[in-house]
Amino acid sequence: MTLQTMTYLVVGATFALYIGIAIWARAGSTSEFYVAGGGVHPVMNGMATGADWMSAASFISMAGLISNMGYGGGLFLMGWTGGYVLLAMLLAPYLRKFGKFTVPQFIGDRFYSKAASCVAVMCLLAASLTYIIGQMTGVGVAFSRFLGVSNSTGVFIGMGIVFMYAVFGGMKGITYTQVAQYCVLILAYTIPAIFISMTLTGNPLPQLGLGGDFVGTDMTLLGKLDQVVTDLGFPQYTTMTRISTLNMFVYTMSLMIGTAGLPHVIMRFFTVPKVKDARMSAGWALVFIAILYTTAPAVAAMARLNLHASVNSAVKKDFATDELRNAAMFATESSIRYDERPAWMKRWETTGLLKFEDKNGDGRIQYYNDKNTPAGAEAAGWKGSELKVNQDIMVLANPEIAKLPNWVIALVAAGGLAAALSTAAGLLLAISSAISHDLFKNIFMPDMSEKNELLTGKIAMACSIVVAGYLGLNPPDFAAGTVAIAFGLAASSIFPALMMGIFNKKMNKEGAMAGMLAGLGVTMLYVFAHKGIFFIKGTDFLGVFGGKPNFFLGIEPNAFGAIGALVNFFVAYVVSKITPECPEHIQHMVENVRTPRGAKAVDGTHAH
Amino acid sequence: MDKSGEAYWKAVLTLIAQVLAVWFFVSFGCGILFADALNSFSIGGYPLGFWFAQQGSMYCFVIMIFVYAKLMGNLDEKFDVHED
Repeated sequence: MTLQTMTYLVVGATFALYIGIAIWARAGSTSEFYVAGGGVHPVMNGMATGADWMSAASFISMAGLISNMGYGGGLFLMGWTGGYVLLAMLLAPYLRKFGKFTVPQFIGDRFYSKAASCVAVMCLLAASLTYIIGQMTGVGVAFSRFLGVSNSTGVFIGMGIVFMYAVFGGMKGITYTQVAQYCVLILAYTIPAIFISMTLTGNPLPQLGLGGDFVGTDMTLLGKLDQVVTDLGFPQYTTMTRISTLNMFVYTMSLMIGTAGLPHVIMRFFTVPKVKDARMSAGWALVFIAILYTTAPAVAAMARLNLHASVNSAVKKDFATDELRNAAMFATESSIRYDERPAWMKRWETTGLLKFEDKNGDGRIQYYNDKNTPAGAEAAGWKGSELKVNQDIMVLANPEIAKLPNWVIALVAAGGLAAALSTAAGLLLAISSAISHDLFKNIFMPDMSEKNELLTGKIAMACSIVVAGYLGLNPPDFAAGTVAIAFGLAASSIFPALMMGIFNKKMNKEGAMAGMLAGLGVTMLYVFAHKGIFFIKGTDFLGVFGGKPNFFLGIEPNAFGAIGALVNFFVAYVVSKITPECPEHIQHMVENVRTPRGAKAVDGTHAH
Repeated sequence: MDKSGEAYWKAVLTLIAQVLAVWFFVSFGCGILFADALNSFSIGGYPLGFWFAQQGSMYCFVIMIFVYAKLMGNLDEKFDVHED
């Protein structure tokens, strides 16, 4: 069977599975066990949260970025898992006790002000929309490859499918569909990793294989990789920092607190049966997330090694001395001939995400770091690196590079789509409920009918998809980078407001609003200065700040959310000191939120 | 012993501070600030600092949440504020 047919078959089968479960669960919902309280086991709930959380950024993009960033890529791993510790301890149990369904509702009630709720909706929209741009980028990569079309066409097809998927929304709310999505996603991620780890290190567990010995040598895999990349002029894999230690620190912090401030993740903890369960759910969610996240660094390092090996036949060979190895790496016949390139390269060339340019006219592919040209390369007459590989394709191309069977490659396609679609749908629902319920129904048009509320929500979804898709054609960064910006926006606005709402009972509405606006404002300013106003190409205004990128202490825009959060806390504190104190009854309410007893059961049938 | 809401909240804050200290130590400490120094040691074939950044910190996070959930459960019962 051809790869194309196999892909359609596997992707089609997984979709049939999700729809089947949705129908089964809906039919079952009239049955007694569902009505009797729905008691979804915390473990199941954890899996569902995992599927909701792990998006195209985690699945498609992250390992590719780590593969390029080496040690520095650890910031994604620590950042996107460490946030769950904060979520479990600082927010989830208290928000659950508070008994509201959305973040703007909590902010509106705790800060006794509709204006505060409005500001929260704004912050939520900024973060969620940016997040969806990242998803669209990832979906575009996946579709372009599997349908053999250009990247832009891939994004358009993705927009159509996400729209249908989100509007068909019934699938979203059902935990068991998400459990199925998690299973597809995690199998799709780990199976190729196990195959590759076996081949390269003889150890089936990628988490151990990454530390293991490279097959046939007495070198560790990481040692071998360090050697290969430094031979080719790249920085050493295991020690290369992301820009600077300070930048890496701030970037990690920004992702962590962003995790604890993202509306679609927080929402999941509003509906667990008890406060106790809110704490445990975060733990189980992290268990299932960590399975993918501890595999990712192995995927990254091994894909990097395989990529180099597939264009340079000397990479995987063992040599007695450094001289011999160096001579072989730069020998003419080690670089593969372009017309003999592997099939996966041809397939990815169609998408425009992999490009070859024969700079020295020898008909062979040389891939190395031409910004730090190794002596051997110069002597061999290499005229610049000839291969451009978009980092977002690494995970999807990985099983092809490793020559794994077609069904594995097809499964990875299905996994990538499951990841992107489930998260995009979750975010779109958060956006639509924020606009239709929190903004229109609660503030502007209290007498709006339920039908109109639903319609407003759908229009909001459609607009978001069009805007995100359009920006996804010219994304501000790789998928995971764009998503990191979204986390920065959530980190600088929503997280501090929630924290202060719970831990500082004297925080008043003036302080909270000023804090959110200042935090979001300063972060957007920094990001837009680098990436263009609302990410539109050509509108960046770095010139205003002297024209140098990363002008604030060398911190990159993707990492700025943590600084924005500091600004938020500071402004909120100062403003709350010079404005009227928080009313007595609100302070009592906060005290009440702090103890678990008396948490009302939240019934699942809320208005939207 | 003091079973007031204030005493409970103080105990909760102490627990959170302790867990946060570990959280900070394994990720920002071992994974970032001291990573270079730790790389001269190795664990399972990994340089230690690299291991903390790409493996170890995540294992610690998982353990931390469960330990925290257990200890919080104990606190709730001790101060008699647990559900049902």
